[in-house]
Amino acid sequence: MGAVFKRELKSYFVTPIGYVFLAMFYCYAGLMFYVTSLSEGKTRMDMLFSSLIIILVVVIPILTMRTMAEERRSRTDQCLLTSPVSITGIVAGKFLAAFTVYLAAISITLVMALVTWIYSSPDWSVVLGNLIGLALLGASFIAIGIFCSCCTESQPVSAVMCFGVLMCVSFLSAIGSKLPFEFLSKIADKLAFSERYYAFTYGIFDISNVLFFISAVFVFLFLTVRLTEKRRYS
Amino acid sequence: MVEVKNITKSYGSHKALSDVSFNANDNEILGFLGPNGAGKTTAMNIITGYISASSGSVLIDGCNITDQPAKAKKEMGYLPEIPPLYPDMTVNEYLSFVYELKKCKLPKLSHLNDICTLTGVGSVSSRLIRNLSKGYKQRVGFAQALVGDPKILILDEPTVGLDPKQIIEIRTLIKKLGKRHTVILSSHILTEIQAVCDRIVVIDHGKIVADDTEENILSRFDDQRNVYVTAEGEKEKIKAELHKLKGVEKVSSVKSKDGVNSFVLKTHKDTDVRRDVFACAAKGGWCILEMRTSKPTLEEIFIRLTEGDDVQKEVR
Repeated sequence: MGAVFKRELKSYFVTPIGYVFLAMFYCYAGLMFYVTSLSEGKTRMDMLFSSLIIILVVVIPILTMRTMAEERRSRTDQCLLTSPVSITGIVAGKFLAAFTVYLAAISITLVMALVTWIYSSPDWSVVLGNLIGLALLGASFIAIGIFCSCCTESQPVSAVMCFGVLMCVSFLSAIGSKLPFEFLSKIADKLAFSERYYAFTYGIFDISNVLFFISAVFVFLFLTVRLTEKRRYS
Repeated sequence: MVEVKNITKSYGSHKALSDVSFNANDNEILGFLGPNGAGKTTAMNIITGYISASSGSVLIDGCNITDQPAKAKKEMGYLPEIPPLYPDMTVNEYLSFVYELKKCKLPKLSHLNDICTLTGVGSVSSRLIRNLSKGYKQRVGFAQALVGDPKILILDEPTVGLDPKQIIEIRTLIKKLGKRHTVILSSHILTEIQAVCDRIVVIDHGKIVADDTEENILSRFDDQRNVYVTAEGEKEKIKAELHKLKGVEKVSSVKSKDGVNSFVLKTHKDTDVRRDVFACAAKGGWCILEMRTSKPTLEEIFIRLTEGDDVQKEVR
């Protein structure tokens, strides 16, 4: 797993993907910080954090599109799958590498919190809670992206597929509200990633939301492992 | 060392491999010979654990590749048909990655240096793989298979795309490695198999059609003798006269130019028709320019083995 993690992490920065991802995230976060905090003269950062879900839906597919798809297309998966490393180890290595790049991206919000500190001390517990929520949301999005990448050999197809899935899971509550049956709306509300994430931005640290995101990570990484395994038997 | 037991691989209704069994012994170079699409790569992918068989088992040094994959894979180095290279890495970075991936315990620097020297990639070790020639990429693929000093080397068409000099170098390297490793080498190039391998397994349409040493396979098909005759005269007349000779089973014309014709006469292995051919020429008034006999070559046997189901049944 360590070897795969190191290679993946390095590959993000020998190809433009890592730079494009970071640049897009930093630009959007910077703009939102200006619009929601600096220009308004507010030190509250909840608006900034709640707005970041939009950019994650766009940039996470870029981060994860090549993880599994490129290995299959270029046949380098032969090197990985014939080595004494389990498929779980390979998938975990790729997930951790993408998550590390993601953590580097969201760490910019800490810098923004320090900037607001110049004017007035922010509520650090809320900032920390938001940051944990953003990290968990990103982790679950990355797991979904890796799964989408595993479904195809084509990076663009993987990215589009991931974008579609992230749109659905993020705004499931909006879709659910249009459904004719109330129980379906409730289910959609419970499964909506956005609703779970917004709870963090309101300053509510609910352990069920933490478990929801961690479960989503495990479910999608498990599906990736099973899909890779199944392909070997088919 | 490598035991392949009754493996079958089906893709839907198509059987890529059907009840394939063979062994590769310690320090033996086993040639895996077959035409394109015969199932060589599928068999190798199953042996290395890249894909799974529909039924049957593969034992690597006593470990089942399905039940104990990590232990079995640690004993193997695999060079697939397309070397699994990352173009964005340098040769050094790539070999270091493979070293860590294989959880190798040997001293890293000296081990990788030895491999680079052995495969001749030392001079390009700091270059990006994407900028290397096909020959060097193949060598880097070979180098990654050697990382960890595995007991078993699985090489799928290792000389494809190499120039003649490189082919000779790789063959020499395989022979050298065969003294310390078990090598399974797949190829559809007969001369390569003949030059390198101790034993040959011939596969066709997913079935093993021969499994023996080159000498034994040749002797098994030593039921025929070919007589090559080059004669000056009228082609059809000569052919008809040769056909009438006692013991000649088949006459085929292989070349004809400016009144000089070449024929191949197929006879039973115990029949020598050369004197009769000489007498026939003297009687018919045509001139023999060249006459020689030969036993079937491995190439001819390979064609016989892989040309139809009837022949396969005959061999079995």
